[in-house]
Amino acid sequence: MVKIYKMAAESKERKSLSKNLLKMKFMQRTEEAKLRQQLEDEEKREIDEAHWVLDNVEGAREDMIEYETSYVVCEDLVPTGRMSFKKFNPAVEKLFKELTAQKELAECEVREMEDTVSDEQMAERYDSLIDTVDKKFGGKRKRHNNEVTLDFDRARPFKKHKAQFKKPKED
Amino acid sequence: MADHSYDFHFVNEVVLPGDIVAEKVKTKQIVVKKIKLKLGPGLRMDKDNIIAYKCGVLREKDSTMFWIDNDQKRYIPVKNDKVVGIVTNRGGESYQVDIGSSMASALPFLAFEGATKKNKPQLKIGDLVYGRLSVANKDMEAELVCTDTNGKANGMGPLKDGFLFTHSLGLTRKLLNPDGAVLKVLGKVFSFESTVGLNGRTWVNSNSSDHTILIVNAIEQSEYMTLSQIKQNVHRLAEGMRE
Repeated sequence: MVKIYKMAAESKERKSLSKNLLKMKFMQRTEEAKLRQQLEDEEKREIDEAHWVLDNVEGAREDMIEYETSYVVCEDLVPTGRMSFKKFNPAVEKLFKELTAQKELAECEVREMEDTVSDEQMAERYDSLIDTVDKKFGGKRKRHNNEVTLDFDRARPFKKHKAQFKKPKED
Repeated sequence: MADHSYDFHFVNEVVLPGDIVAEKVKTKQIVVKKIKLKLGPGLRMDKDNIIAYKCGVLREKDSTMFWIDNDQKRYIPVKNDKVVGIVTNRGGESYQVDIGSSMASALPFLAFEGATKKNKPQLKIGDLVYGRLSVANKDMEAELVCTDTNGKANGMGPLKDGFLFTHSLGLTRKLLNPDGAVLKVLGKVFSFESTVGLNGRTWVNSNSSDHTILIVNAIEQSEYMTLSQIKQNVHRLAEGMRE
């Protein structure tokens, strides 16, 4: 029993890193990022809690209506106002390209979602296909299982064994 | 399932505050796919009607999004808008930043990329910052941050040197439109950098003050010009510079 406790304590220690390691600069950065993320989440929650909504009034009537307060979304404006021309500030130029590319990518994805089948349609289709697909997979699995059982005897010796001294046969 | 829809009139026409822009209409056919209607700035629900509360032109996109395209000078903070602000005061935990709205906004010291308690950017009164509004409420002080939602600066932060000028919000949206012409045309002639805030403030920086003045003039004059007029105007100004 005592031994078990000892082992448990050891494994616990192994999980958390040493103090000196945590003090190193690159470790601190992740620590800080974690802390910041935590603080951000907390802040977000606080803000959300502070915003009271009359759900019984708005929810009943405006089920179909959503408000969009930003002109950026309505008029498809560029995502950032920082622009540079003729290599005045190459960093800004690069950033602008990246951000617009990101926005276009997001738009493309939305368009694609509209064009392709929806999740529900997909589910319906798969529902009708269940038997066929099941057969296919079942067959494969059976085959796979057979292989395993056939190979079982041969596979056994490959099981992890500690290297041990083999006594030579006495002849 | 929706058994009603909204019938919009006045699309691409001028509307005034109080105008009923759409009425609720009962539809006989059952619509399986629920399409959410999006109301942009200038429109709101009033009982079963959608009314305008700004004057301007009613615009539509994909027949699901409606808004009023208007031109005004007063900026009303909107969440996630990127704006150019002027530092007006320094508090214990945040800077006070004027963004041109009815109330100043707060910019926390730690709302910059990589800022820590020990290492935070030092801003002086009168400095310019380009930031994003993280909190924008009708009845509360707005809050400004210089990072995006992932904590990256992405071009936001203090703006050094350059020249700031104010203009209408209509011109701002023209400048930020992907098809906007002025900056592109100017960019072919001059080497410069600009930051357009959605609050009607634009910051311009270039190699010389002559160029900066010219660019600012060209932008200001472009507000009511067509594309060909803009091109002509920019080339005329550039010619004058060379002489």
